[in-house]
Amino acid sequence: MSNGPQQLPASAGPPEPHIRMVNLHKRFGSLVVLDGVSLNVAERESMVVIGPSGTGKSVLLKLIVGLLQPDSGEVYFHGQRIDHLPDRELEPVRIRFGVLFQMGALFDSMTVGENIAFPLREHTKYKPSEIRDIVAQKLRMVGLENTEQKMPAELSGGMKKRVALARAIAMDPEVVLYDEPTTGLDPIRADVINELILKLNEELHVTSIVVTHDMTSAFKVGDRLVMLSGGKVIAEGTPEQIRCCAHEEVKRFVEGKATPEELQAIRLHQVREIAGEAMFSDL
Amino acid sequence: MKSIARLGAKGLYWLESLGDYGRFVLSIVGWIVRGPGKLARQQTLLQMFEIGVLSIPVVMITGAFIGAVLAIEAHPQFRAIGMESRIGSVINVSVVKQIGPVLTAIMLAGRVGGALTAELGTMRVTEQIDALRAMASDPIRILAMPRFAACILMMPALTAASDALGMFGGWFMSVQMLGVDSHAYWEYSRAALDVFTINNGFLKSLFFGAAIASIACYKGFNCGPGAQGVGKACTEAFVSSFVAILVMNFFLAMLLNAIYQIIWPNAGSIFG
Repeated sequence: MSNGPQQLPASAGPPEPHIRMVNLHKRFGSLVVLDGVSLNVAERESMVVIGPSGTGKSVLLKLIVGLLQPDSGEVYFHGQRIDHLPDRELEPVRIRFGVLFQMGALFDSMTVGENIAFPLREHTKYKPSEIRDIVAQKLRMVGLENTEQKMPAELSGGMKKRVALARAIAMDPEVVLYDEPTTGLDPIRADVINELILKLNEELHVTSIVVTHDMTSAFKVGDRLVMLSGGKVIAEGTPEQIRCCAHEEVKRFVEGKATPEELQAIRLHQVREIAGEAMFSDL
Repeated sequence: MKSIARLGAKGLYWLESLGDYGRFVLSIVGWIVRGPGKLARQQTLLQMFEIGVLSIPVVMITGAFIGAVLAIEAHPQFRAIGMESRIGSVINVSVVKQIGPVLTAIMLAGRVGGALTAELGTMRVTEQIDALRAMASDPIRILAMPRFAACILMMPALTAASDALGMFGGWFMSVQMLGVDSHAYWEYSRAALDVFTINNGFLKSLFFGAAIASIACYKGFNCGPGAQGVGKACTEAFVSSFVAILVMNFFLAMLLNAIYQIIWPNAGSIFG
């Protein structure tokens, strides 16, 4: 028996990332949405995917959890390839994920309590009283105590998102995927959601992937930011690195500035409209 | 050449859709065989109420008026040949074998089929179906299977309600309004309505229920984006169900009549 430091096998490299995406391609008809995206997400990391609308951010989330299949490329979870698995074989993997959908996707025929209890009733053998306790605990975590009996239609947009978040974490997932968590919310409600994401990362030690184009949210909740454009990763780094990034498109996105061409197109349109109105008034 | 290519592409699309629909129905049946779980069973009971119990008034009203209209239309013809006492057999055989199950199915396709497609289509558009899959629950098991089972289970009951009111409507018009002898009306009806004829209608109603629910759920699960997509899916679901009911009715009528002829080759007609 050797007394010296333990020798790692020659093949052992860095630890396997929690989620690994390799060269993902996805197109809808002739529209290329993802064009060779490769990303690694470490355990307990909070990765934020930013990018303009229509660049495949939400598609990326759906590929991770198997709601869509890539045209080519691979997705690994804990080193196990999952992108090609049929729904039934994916179920044990999906139980370990929580997904917050853009509009909440609450079941509108069920009460808040029933929505949160749904995955627990489906996948656990908890007694009804235990499920009630878990539902109450999750609602407390998102700051919505005693709303079990409300219907989703009675909730505001921000409350719906919080209930959806409570449902996403009902099964104590390892990974939480957030699709545009702050879209459609006023800045204060958006900040509540951001704080909740941070709180959940801290308390539940989950791995988070947040898709957003809200830069305030991205800088607040992300350990690492990735920017997608034209179906490719064009920038990747810490919030600070992204803030100082010299890449023209990244800079414009972070500062929220349109391109000169886009501005020119609007001006031309305005000039044509004014010219058109003048012509009609002459007639 | 272009039109042939277009026709070929359309044909391929139809075949593909048909195969996809077949797979969808097989997965529903698969879940019924394997056992869908407690939640889906609870949903089935709920759907039996929504689809079945709430449809009873509308199918009863339809049945009553159709029975009455049959009497109005048939009475002069039967009177002309001096056989008005046998009008009950024609009305009741028509109601029980054809009009009852077909009209009930059409009413259900309109009242329930459209609503199912709209509900499931909205769930798809608002990502609720994706949410189910993301929570490791098969939406076919949770959403489609209960609606399918409820439709199949409730269709014979609704057909029975429609038949009963159709018979009553026919009796009321023939006996109370047109003066046909009540005893003769029921005697000839009883002679014409054997167990096979009654079950003929119920058997068909099972197929109609399966078609309505599976088409409505399939269209809802595969609807296009937005309100326009949901609206289009509802229209397609109703039209497809309607066509399916009529085509199935034709083939089932042929098949069941052939079976009847094999079992009772010397069976008499309603005219003796």
